[in-house]
Amino acid sequence: MTESAQTADSRVVPPARPYPFSVPDRLVVDPTYGELRENEPMTRVKLPYGEEAWLATRYEDVRTVLGDVRFGRAPAVQRDEPRLTPRQQYSGMLTMDPPDHTRLRRLVAKAFTARRVEALRPRAQEIADALVDDMVRIGPPADLVEHVATPLPIQVICELLGVPYADRDRFHLWSEAIVSTTSLPPETIQEYLNNLWGYIGDLVAERRREPGIDDLLGVLVRARDENQDRLSETELVELAAGLLAAGHETTVTQVPNFVYVLLNNPDQLARLRADPSLVPAAVEELLRYVPLGVGSSFARYAKEDVEVGGVLVRAGEPVLGSLSSANRDGAVFADPDRLDLGREQNPHLGFGHGVHHCVGAQLARMELQVAVATLVTRLPGLRLAVPEAELQWKRGMLVRGLLGMPVAW
Amino acid sequence: MSTAWRIGVDSRRCIGTSICAGTAPEHFRLVDGLSAPLADVVAPAEVIIDAADSCPVEAITVRDAADDRLIAPEE
Repeated sequence: MTESAQTADSRVVPPARPYPFSVPDRLVVDPTYGELRENEPMTRVKLPYGEEAWLATRYEDVRTVLGDVRFGRAPAVQRDEPRLTPRQQYSGMLTMDPPDHTRLRRLVAKAFTARRVEALRPRAQEIADALVDDMVRIGPPADLVEHVATPLPIQVICELLGVPYADRDRFHLWSEAIVSTTSLPPETIQEYLNNLWGYIGDLVAERRREPGIDDLLGVLVRARDENQDRLSETELVELAAGLLAAGHETTVTQVPNFVYVLLNNPDQLARLRADPSLVPAAVEELLRYVPLGVGSSFARYAKEDVEVGGVLVRAGEPVLGSLSSANRDGAVFADPDRLDLGREQNPHLGFGHGVHHCVGAQLARMELQVAVATLVTRLPGLRLAVPEAELQWKRGMLVRGLLGMPVAW
Repeated sequence: MSTAWRIGVDSRRCIGTSICAGTAPEHFRLVDGLSAPLADVVAPAEVIIDAADSCPVEAITVRDAADDRLIAPEE
């Protein structure tokens, strides 16, 4: 760079830090985030793959990056996106900006509104009760992941979407492809995605043979067949496959995470047992408190020069926003590292922010409320059946969570 | 065909996802973390219905300014 160029470009770009800052340790938030929020709220990071990026760590800045229309996801398709996965994968809606994104999002958003989801609550409760009944019948020790956390969200999304629950072992296996970074070899990730798309393709063909089925898959197939411009056949299949996979992978992971945090905070667990009306607030607090993601993904690209956190982000530069860091920002959350199930102001970013705010957020909330309430009220003696050090944590995935959770009660 | 629409945002329902402001930035913005229309009465535009239909808590309503008929969300 010439001297004159340095003068014209007066901003200071610090050297990039390797990111994530450390190997994920259970559900611990790396203290580097707190230091950065304090001293260097916009920092440079280099992920295992892809180009360098800015990383925003303060709540306000993360909201700007995710919510401001001067940032977009669509450019990621043409770029060497910063990522944890060896191969760059495109994930439909998450690599689109409005109005293209709106076209697809609108089709599915209506199935996931708070009102629609509320209508599913009695059925979700019925499923949760039956699962806990079965686990109690088997007796302790039992794996909470296998007996409750996995089947509950799978059964709910199956019924909503219209996917046979009998096929769960197959599509649950393939669904790991959407959360895997290095847990599966790249070829296996591709193979699983192909399997998932092929599987959904067969169900789509079935809906065409039997039109009039009123599940979400039927609604999507009709939307395409009534107006070919609304979504392409590929979009239809990828969208439905994405809903099936994302529709359970994260909730399956969060139920044991929530139980793990509650068991580690016995005062808060006792408070919840004494007053189950705290469950909705408790779920919001757990969504804030649990750092679900490993690092940060899905960088937003600046469409023009934007100032964020005192740094001039140049048009075309990618910026990551750390949800886990934003959720621990003391400027927004009093005593941010403390779990407080009664927290009143809780505008956490656990589901993201902006147009890509989790489309299944209301469904996940409801399922998590049902799961937490059922486990806490029906199993008052719930505890780990093994020493904590023996718990096996996921590795090589976008999310943190337990592979198994042996419990007694 | 209506000539003007009235946009309403129920601030008790709004959870501040900013989906509306990202979908239709010419019609919605966030004020203190919650959605607010830039103007209450506007010329009809499809993107306003997009925003109302994309709201996860159905906090946005679009009505005909003349006769109060509900235009969005559907149902």
